[in-house]
Amino acid sequence: MVNIGIVSYGAYIPRFRIKSSDIAKAWGKDPKTITGGLGIIEKSVPSLDQDVATISVESARSALSRCSINPQDIGAIYVGSESHPYAVKPTGTIVAEAVCATPNLTVADYEFACKAGTAAIQTCMALVKSDMIKYGVAIGADTAQAAPGDALEYAASAGGAAFIIGKENVIATINQTCSFTTDTPDFWRREGRKYPAHGGRFTGAPAYFRHITSNAKNLMELTGTKPEDYTFAIFHQPNGKFPVRVAKMLGFTPEQVKQGLLCPVIGNTYSGATMLGLASVLDVAKPSDRVFLTSYGSGAGSDAFDITITDTINQLEKKKAPLVSELIDDKEYVDYATYAKYRDLLYWE
Amino acid sequence: MAEGAVPRFWREIPQRYNLIGNKCNECEKVFFPPRESCPECRRKSMGKMKDFKLSGEGEVLTYTIIYEASEKFEGQAPYPLAIIQLKEGPKITAQIVDCDIEDVKIGMKLKSTFRKIQDDGYVGAIYYGYKFKKRN
Amino acid sequence: MRDVAVIGVGITKFGELWDKSFRQLIAEAGSQAIIDSGISGKEIDALYVGSMSAGRFVGQEHVGALVADASGFSQMHIPSIRVESACASGGLAVRQGYFSVASGMNDIVVIGGIEKMTDVVGTEASNILATGLDQEWEAFFGATFPGIYAMIATRHMHDFGTTREQLAQVAVKNHANGALNPYAQFKREMKLESILNAPMVASPLGMLDCSPVSDGAATLILCAAEKAKKYTDKPVKIIGSGQASDTLPLHGRNDICTFESTTYAARMAYKQANIEPSKIDVAEVHDCFTIAEILAIEDLGFVKKGDGGKAIDNKITTLDGKIPINPSGGLKAKGHPVGATGVAQIAEIVLQLRGEADKRQVKDAKIGLTHNVGASGASCVVNILEAM
Repeated sequence: MVNIGIVSYGAYIPRFRIKSSDIAKAWGKDPKTITGGLGIIEKSVPSLDQDVATISVESARSALSRCSINPQDIGAIYVGSESHPYAVKPTGTIVAEAVCATPNLTVADYEFACKAGTAAIQTCMALVKSDMIKYGVAIGADTAQAAPGDALEYAASAGGAAFIIGKENVIATINQTCSFTTDTPDFWRREGRKYPAHGGRFTGAPAYFRHITSNAKNLMELTGTKPEDYTFAIFHQPNGKFPVRVAKMLGFTPEQVKQGLLCPVIGNTYSGATMLGLASVLDVAKPSDRVFLTSYGSGAGSDAFDITITDTINQLEKKKAPLVSELIDDKEYVDYATYAKYRDLLYWE
Repeated sequence: MAEGAVPRFWREIPQRYNLIGNKCNECEKVFFPPRESCPECRRKSMGKMKDFKLSGEGEVLTYTIIYEASEKFEGQAPYPLAIIQLKEGPKITAQIVDCDIEDVKIGMKLKSTFRKIQDDGYVGAIYYGYKFKKRN
Repeated sequence: MRDVAVIGVGITKFGELWDKSFRQLIAEAGSQAIIDSGISGKEIDALYVGSMSAGRFVGQEHVGALVADASGFSQMHIPSIRVESACASGGLAVRQGYFSVASGMNDIVVIGGIEKMTDVVGTEASNILATGLDQEWEAFFGATFPGIYAMIATRHMHDFGTTREQLAQVAVKNHANGALNPYAQFKREMKLESILNAPMVASPLGMLDCSPVSDGAATLILCAAEKAKKYTDKPVKIIGSGQASDTLPLHGRNDICTFESTTYAARMAYKQANIEPSKIDVAEVHDCFTIAEILAIEDLGFVKKGDGGKAIDNKITTLDGKIPINPSGGLKAKGHPVGATGVAQIAEIVLQLRGEADKRQVKDAKIGLTHNVGASGASCVVNILEAM
């Protein structure tokens, strides 16, 4: 059987951060309750000159810099996001041009709330497996929108990661993937609207928890694995609490979850969230480590992956691009007023 | 800049995204943006100019901090702007990002990064290109 | 080639002239020059007009025809030519008119320079000025006009130890001169502290290191030198003229701190005039920013490269100094209606050489020089004049 998997990867997180406590203060909320309740200390903030296209390009270039594949061998680029800079005009075309992969490739933008990036991985796997392409680039990135004063404002952040999927020199084999999808309106953004709306507590049990637990169990059934078979487990992380709770429900330990849990220090990067979690795990993973990943996208669906790290990871030139931990540590704080300016919350004529 | 005219940006995408310059195969001199002919070799260089991708590595030759910007950039002010000596020879003018304005110095080592440069308002196209950030 | 003399000058007040239109300004300056020269309108063979961007500033192109019409020459159908070289448009119009008379094609030509800059709002005036930069490779990436000069200043300070105070002293000196010029936009002195404490525009340049946005026009009457005495007792001869170009963006230059367009244009003009820089008694140089005057006096050969800042400290460029620079107040204090500037510089030198500059008169001025730069030095025109 041919091993299909990850050939290289790259991550990007904008440098600016805002503390949850500063957002709470702006809206007259108790900083301690908010920070503690959501498990988010601070979140990343994109500058005025950053968007999903620039984050995707930075991640994809990092992925390419770590390996020696010819960009002209990239047969597909899929960018998953719910904050594409254009409603009509694919982000992927900008990425393709910026990594010198044009013109002989297929490109499309994906949207499936926070799981559009993992959907892109699945598509690339299928195209590689069917020999339609040699390499595919799957990207999940967002500069997530949140209405001023909404609970989402503490979480919605910016970042992304890119994965080159192929079957030669694979650093991590994707053994199995499966999905779980229903029509569950827990969170949405209507066409033409600037900010999303959500069902409050309805986003929990019937949405996030049901889809992730169902899909995770399906995957373990398919692969015949148990939680203790995995070195790392990554779950979608809309806040700092949900992924820890869902892990516990499924029988994973906090130790397994830790390396892939970034939300407390960068917020929810939406389509970037599980992708950045996986990048963070790959930064430290060793040959034969096994990784369990389950994404979640509102609306609703979940993609799950069973991944095994190969010996080839030792040959990947990780130092050619920043590690996730380095991106997290390189930061500069902004206050709420600057955040409002950067996120285009101010209105004037 | 004239607004709404997309071709003017589109035709420069190789330069703005990927720093594609060119090289005179007579004298090996590298140009950015690419030139039709080499100003040194002139006639001899015709037909001998070859595309050349710059590494994006360079250092600050001189700089300023822009406080009064044009409306396309005023949200970013104050921002550093520099003339950067690229290691392959050409010099270019670009913004420096992700750095405290106090840290910008002549000789500071830089590498290129991909950013949004400007757009034609909320309705028009978005133009991307190079900016520079610190390189260790 | 025959000799050419300036036989009349006209200049409007420079400033924010809300009640004056583009055509009123050029007509006002034009009639002044005609009266000053004593010629009759019928003797005019051609018009040359320098204007940087009438199209953007007042939405009007076809400036040559407009100026001929506004000046009352429509029934005479005389040729009228618009000349553009960014902020050097005026100086270049003079040079083109000079050629036409020197060649023998024309005997008498009127040179105009004009810009009406206050009919736009917001940052539009700055945006228009920035069109003199490289739009694709400088302005597109966030460069502003002051920003480009600021980068020259940063490097000059780094290479030669030029100080922030020396830059500011250029403005102090030019405001002192401007205070004596009835046509100046800023007829007042400025304290060093005010210049230093002004809000930053592009470091190290503050708001008072920059020339203002101005309306204004200036005109000259050029005449074959052999016929000049027929009209005036005090003709002023053009004894040298040079023009040169350089890369459009600053970053294309070999040396960020030298305008080779200036050094080449100056060399050409000095050679034609057959003089050394030390023979110049007075000069109007292009001080669109304080650093620009420091650069100019170096590149024109008045001081050694790098000594421009020290020259300010040593007061050699004041009205009573060894080489008085910008007795009119310069672009900084007199104002900078871009297309008018190069023509107004010559008008000032003519007044100086005629001994008619009143309170700002430079003593015993016999030979004067004008230096007009296009944007950030991609073009430059140098003219040298001598009292006949």
